[in-house]
Amino acid sequence: MLQDLSLGSVRNWKEQHPGGKAVAFFPVYAPVEIVHAAGMLPVLMSGAGDRLDIQHADSRFGSFICSIVKTTMEMAMTGHLEPLDAFLFSSICDSARNLCFVIKRNFPQMYVDFIHLPHSTSDASIDFLSEEYRRIIAELEKLGGVVVRDDDLHRSIALYNEQRRLVRLLYELRARSPHLLRAWESYVLVRSGNFMPVEEHIDCLRQALESVSEREGKKRDSIRVVVEGSFCEQPPLEVIRLLENAGCDIVEDDFSLAQRWFTRNVPVMGDPVRALAESYVHHSVYSSVRHDTTHPRSEGLAEKVRRTNAEAVIFLIAKFCEPAYFDYVLFKQKVEQMGLPHLLLEFEEKLFTFDRLRTEIETFVESLVFD
Amino acid sequence: MANAPVSEYRGNIHQQQKELMEDWYQQLDHAADGGDPPTVSMMVSGNCVELLEGFGAVPIYPEVNALQLAIRHQSLDPILAAEDMGYAADNCAYVKADIGCMLKGITPTGGRMPKPTLVLCNFVGCNTYVKWFEHVAAFTGAPLYVLDVPFLRGEEPSAADIEYVVRQLKEVVQLMEKLTGRKFDFDRFRQAVEHSRETEELWSQIKHFSQHQPAPFDAYFDAITLMGPLYVYRAKKEGVEFFRSAHAELKSKMDAGEGIYDQEKFRIVVEGPPPYPYFRAFRDMFAKWKACAVASTYSTVGGLWEFGFRHDPARPFESVAMHMLAHNVTNRNYLQRYDQIRRYVQEWKADGVIIHFVKSCRLFSAGQGDMRDYFTRQLGVPTLYIESDLEDPRYFAEAQTKNRIDAFFESLEHAKQTSGRAVAV
Repeated sequence: MLQDLSLGSVRNWKEQHPGGKAVAFFPVYAPVEIVHAAGMLPVLMSGAGDRLDIQHADSRFGSFICSIVKTTMEMAMTGHLEPLDAFLFSSICDSARNLCFVIKRNFPQMYVDFIHLPHSTSDASIDFLSEEYRRIIAELEKLGGVVVRDDDLHRSIALYNEQRRLVRLLYELRARSPHLLRAWESYVLVRSGNFMPVEEHIDCLRQALESVSEREGKKRDSIRVVVEGSFCEQPPLEVIRLLENAGCDIVEDDFSLAQRWFTRNVPVMGDPVRALAESYVHHSVYSSVRHDTTHPRSEGLAEKVRRTNAEAVIFLIAKFCEPAYFDYVLFKQKVEQMGLPHLLLEFEEKLFTFDRLRTEIETFVESLVFD
Repeated sequence: MANAPVSEYRGNIHQQQKELMEDWYQQLDHAADGGDPPTVSMMVSGNCVELLEGFGAVPIYPEVNALQLAIRHQSLDPILAAEDMGYAADNCAYVKADIGCMLKGITPTGGRMPKPTLVLCNFVGCNTYVKWFEHVAAFTGAPLYVLDVPFLRGEEPSAADIEYVVRQLKEVVQLMEKLTGRKFDFDRFRQAVEHSRETEELWSQIKHFSQHQPAPFDAYFDAITLMGPLYVYRAKKEGVEFFRSAHAELKSKMDAGEGIYDQEKFRIVVEGPPPYPYFRAFRDMFAKWKACAVASTYSTVGGLWEFGFRHDPARPFESVAMHMLAHNVTNRNYLQRYDQIRRYVQEWKADGVIIHFVKSCRLFSAGQGDMRDYFTRQLGVPTLYIESDLEDPRYFAEAQTKNRIDAFFESLEHAKQTSGRAVAV
């Protein structure tokens, strides 16, 4: 499913739901409950990996622009986004911001919108975001010819609460017993939720949690690491495997944050729109694309390290990802204050040779093992 | 064409501008003694300098500091210092130069920079701003307030957008009262908004002077001279006086039929910031062809006034909010920028568009290939696409840039002679 650029699972869903709309969103987060409550399928588009040659997008987005922006544009220009009826973007970075409007100009048949997710935790931010969500709801109602009621939203919120709870459990299990569940496995499992109806994803997660708990495995002599910096463009699976094979237990990461965006359940009572807005402003996970001056992100990283008893931090940053580059400076200082070793690695969606990365990782791990 | 003609106009404007900016740096130096006047770090884009006047506070603009360094060929050292501490080659070089200077104690004039009373991140569409000011706050230990301005998703801001910004402006007022121990002087704020309205009217008229043929000034290179006073002094009496004098000077040039060359051969619109480390060399490349910028998007970063917006003393908070939301190029969406340039081409009667891709600034540059596609294919406007950087001297390929500029104007010239259509270069 993760390899399927034709969005087969989305096409299947549309066949089973005649007249149903598929609403894509660009990383990192979107209020999927709203889309679901409108009877539509939310789809997280996270690039095309190494499965698409860039032939057209380079002429629209030139040098020094990250791969995911280009592969998303390439997918659009080669008809791969055809099953999608809408595409939502948000205020994560300047390249994605402009991509939204370039897509809007070139593909007028699609409903393309930009959600302004606040960069502040002022009380005014909650009121504003509630209004912003109501605006999006009105647009979706128009698109689908539907009416979104509070009850629909409550039901959707409850479902996504369950999805997020299961993903959190999965991460807890991995941090506790990394020998039973490898990071690459949980990565695939969580990321499959990008294209799947949430109901099915919840079933998958339940089955996985059950089968993992029955697994038997020997503890490995590995280093516990937190991987940070891949919150938008996703690293090739091979890179995650490389880290694990080199002797790292990845006990925390920021891959696919969308499926565990909130640190607690969104209340399923009262005004659901406001509940979603309030949760975004006050109970989001920390991420390089969300700003909360009352809780610096470097503290978020430190807390992650402490909670998982990590022994090192690996910064795994997509080439040209400016939010990650900036955060690296303050994160690095924090990690050094904590006395932990760290390593900076850069990747692109499309990597064909992993030799250099392998050498860097192995050297780093060896230096720790033989320290 | 052997020698580049003298393109630079040096009238009273330049001397007055220099004095005003020196005076500004002196005030900042004075503030370094102990917080008087209070200072507020702010971004140029969609700045709310009017609000500061209510406290008699002076803005610190890290971007202005950074560009001053670059234009004096002093930006590389601080950039390298920042890279040494972990900033990436692909981070915005404005930020790196600013942080590098802070760490090395470098200032553009050699005077002192105060620790800001408040680091006020006026977030208007540029995500780099938020990171930049988080770092400034972390390294100076000054308090940070992020003024979250909703990006202009549609044509106009909604009532909720305006209310959100107004509420935050009022939060800034409360915070500043706490930080300075001064009470917000509402009358002075309203007076500042009135000054801004006057400045903006004069500036807007000046910008329309370049619709005249020949244009009496270059609306890219010369506009930059006027931008310092526009952002620092717009809301003060001195700003109004400066723009009144600039208006008179440029109007008399226009009335006398004086352009920036003996003969204006090409009229261009420029998109994107200039390469400050090679400012002179870059300008000369256009001067060689007697090409005059009649409009530019860069000169609307701090505010877009030529299409009619003015601050309004009858609604001071709301109009400051409107300026931040809808009337500066950075918070307007990308397609609105296409439309802004289209209007420039048509209403300012330009021959072509120069798109300057700046490595540091993805806000300006991401997607400029699509912009070019729109102008060349959809509108049939000749375009030139060039790449360099606004702050980092390592990204300016002088010979290559010159070749491309020459090829573009050769093609335009040929098209003019043969009445044909020029192509994109």
